[in-house]
Amino acid sequence: MPANTANIKTTGLHVDVMGPGCKKVDPIIVADNVTRAYGGLKAVDVDHLEVPRGAITALIGPNGAGKTTFFNLITGFDRPDSGKWSFNGTPLTGMSAFKVARLGQVRTFQLTKALGMLSVLENMKLGAQNQKGENFFVGLAPALWRKQDDEIEEKAMSLLAKFKLDGKKDDYAASLSGGQRKLLEMARALMSDPTLIMLDEPMAGVNPALTQSLLEHILDLKREGMSVLFVEHDMQMVRHIADWVVVMAQGKVVAEGPPDIVMKDTAVIDAYLGSHLDTDLGIVTGRVTEEETHS
Amino acid sequence: MSNESETRLVLDLKDLTAGYLPGVNILNHCSVSVREGELIGIIGPNGAGKSTLLKAIFGQVKVRGGEILLNGEDITGLKANKLVARGVGYVPQNNNIFPTLSIQENLEMGIFQKPKAFAERLDFVVSIFGELGSRLKQRAGSLSGGERQMVAMSRALMMEPHVLLLDEPSAGLSPVRQDEAFIRVSEINKAGVTIVMVEQNARRCLQICDRGYVLDQGKDAYTGTGRELLHDPKVISLYLGTLGEDAA
Repeated sequence: MPANTANIKTTGLHVDVMGPGCKKVDPIIVADNVTRAYGGLKAVDVDHLEVPRGAITALIGPNGAGKTTFFNLITGFDRPDSGKWSFNGTPLTGMSAFKVARLGQVRTFQLTKALGMLSVLENMKLGAQNQKGENFFVGLAPALWRKQDDEIEEKAMSLLAKFKLDGKKDDYAASLSGGQRKLLEMARALMSDPTLIMLDEPMAGVNPALTQSLLEHILDLKREGMSVLFVEHDMQMVRHIADWVVVMAQGKVVAEGPPDIVMKDTAVIDAYLGSHLDTDLGIVTGRVTEEETHS
Repeated sequence: MSNESETRLVLDLKDLTAGYLPGVNILNHCSVSVREGELIGIIGPNGAGKSTLLKAIFGQVKVRGGEILLNGEDITGLKANKLVARGVGYVPQNNNIFPTLSIQENLEMGIFQKPKAFAERLDFVVSIFGELGSRLKQRAGSLSGGERQMVAMSRALMMEPHVLLLDEPSAGLSPVRQDEAFIRVSEINKAGVTIVMVEQNARRCLQICDRGYVLDQGKDAYTGTGRELLHDPKVISLYLGTLGEDAA
């Protein structure tokens, strides 16, 4: 592994006994009794959850566990049936999504939401906050906003370069492949300098070699002081970058802890990871012997 | 698993060029050969043309150049129903079940060309996907992602295909369901069905396949046995990454 991929895990994140809903030393999100039902199905039923600050937290769980619904609730994209939560000490319950984003809690989507008929650069510039030109009267006098606009463009270009999209800055976002749209969405979220960035399956559909370079960017975010919460099925990614893992199943938080501990939990293995996670499937299926896998 | 020199070519894609928009080719002179009984994995970066390759074989996208031979006969551009009758099955990545129909009705849809053989083929399908046997009356739309994938594969198996085309059977599934999907694919292959599988989960795919093709910009860039590709430094650096190496 190249030296720049060395990842120092953040430890000592929790107080008391480790387990579902355990208290954190410095939580950035605190959620209590958050529920959301669709008809008879309780999609989210979280008693208590704290997300640690300055760390990378992975939210994992089987299909239909309520991970994305939980994301939607705490970012204001959906309304809960009950419950309250706070971000950075500010109660967010009932707050609109755009206000949540202005406070510094920004998210991406599993199914990307790039504006297809805008260029890649224009998509990026939309992500910047407090743009002077958005005011009707100020907008009429370019001298009042041009300098800020230039700064925003410079920042957008440096982020695009980081995500290897600078060569596509003038292309329509609609012309990007699925993986490139994921990158654009992540880069755009960073335009607002968030305190907490929430990524919903950032690597789904992105080819493995590209995934690896993207992990470096996520680790950089932590090094810059940002908190990261992400949903992902790629366990190599979770193991590599997550400091803390929260496991959801049937709407509830069923386990949490550092990845090396949580991923050895038999209930998590049975329900989610499976017993073959670190085994070559060629051996499991009898296609090769253990010796042949090394040849 | 298969001995290349002894087994015959089932599917032979020669110099294939295909695309959706005028003037834009997704496949560029791509050649892939599949021998009887093989499990072939197709991997590659986003937008490399992997799904398009399967669609081209199954007549879902217009072939602009090259030819596709099935058991030596030209099937280029043949319609899907004709291909099914000739023993080719296809499981698309998305929207691959009829959600308002029951599991049994979904399976019946798969064999409407030979309804009398339903009971016999159902036995075969249940021998691989045992859990479906007791849930035949359940509405397919109420199934989880992994179960839907099973129904889709089962439906394709109803016509007793000798070649099965699978587009990302593990997409969107949790790790345990992904592994299950790959194990089932291997079992289907062992039951005598030749399989061409496109996968984004490249490492897992190469672990179980006999041979793999790496597609890049619509062309077959590398080929070799699954093991050769898994350990090829160039394939690792460009397509596999090193993160999952401990599991390979």
